[in-house]
Amino acid sequence: MTQNWPLWEVFVRSRRGLSHTHAGSLHAPDAEMALRNARDLYTRRGEGISIWVVPSTEITASSPDERDPFFAPSADKPYRHPTFYEIPEGVRHL
Amino acid sequence: MTSTGTGSDVVRTSAALALGDDALILSHRLGEWAGHAPVLEEEVALANIALDLLGQARVLLSMAGDEDELAFLREERSFRNLQLVEQPNGDFAHTIARQLYFSFYQHELYAELAAGDGPFGPLAAKAVKETAYHRDHAEQWTLRLGDGTEESRRRMRTALDGLWKFTGEMFQPVDGVEVDWAALERRWLAALTGVLERAGLALPEGPRTGAWAAGAGRQGLHTEPFGRLLAEMQHLHRSHPGASW
Repeated sequence: MTQNWPLWEVFVRSRRGLSHTHAGSLHAPDAEMALRNARDLYTRRGEGISIWVVPSTEITASSPDERDPFFAPSADKPYRHPTFYEIPEGVRHL
Repeated sequence: MTSTGTGSDVVRTSAALALGDDALILSHRLGEWAGHAPVLEEEVALANIALDLLGQARVLLSMAGDEDELAFLREERSFRNLQLVEQPNGDFAHTIARQLYFSFYQHELYAELAAGDGPFGPLAAKAVKETAYHRDHAEQWTLRLGDGTEESRRRMRTALDGLWKFTGEMFQPVDGVEVDWAALERRWLAALTGVLERAGLALPEGPRTGAWAAGAGRQGLHTEPFGRLLAEMQHLHRSHPGASW
């Protein structure tokens, strides 16, 4: 079954959502069926939403073993974060 | 409704029963798949379609009377559903072939009813979105089974051929359902032909009505498996008459 029904990852953007969020995964024979199954399983057919499906094999994940060298250096360099500026009044959407 | 006489009420009631019974009985058949579908995802899809149909049945039967009484206390001869929808599930291909024939029919029918201003307009306007999905689901699976393995193609062809004789009944005019039945049948055939061609399958040959079918489901004449379906569906209600749940 895993051969003919590969795993797909599902990303859903809700009607008022700004971005696609990972909702879960499912098995489907191809992308078309994956979309339809995702609709049934993760959206209850609510209208006005967007679904992405991606074969799980297409996703490359960062490795948990390398988490420290991978992410730690950014934490001790505060100058990388633009947190020292006072935001002028009147500037919106920041 | 003030100007409608008893005559048109009777027509309206029998039309609501015909459409409502189609939805109710097919919903019951699809419900039988719960826990038995080929994969979990398909299980959810079939259950979704069954729930859509049950919702339609409830609205339609309520137009004709008390929905529970109509569903659970009528005898076989009082049901007005098409013989197609009462056919057993068979293998997955049989279920898909039945869905293909019926959902294409129901979608064309409701699209036309939704555009009109008859008593079924409001229901049809809501249900036509559901039937579009049912139709798409049946189409997707017909393409995959027809264009799948040797075995899946053989099964799909057997199923299409086996159910073909029940399709003629769909286009017998129903009193009170104001659509152009001949045009409906032409659109149904054209759409079906298109899908079957893409699936590498052909339109079945042979008559679309059984020679033995003196009248049919719309007249209350049903095939043998229907009695067992009703026995199962109505058992609890008949064992505890008057109970509420």
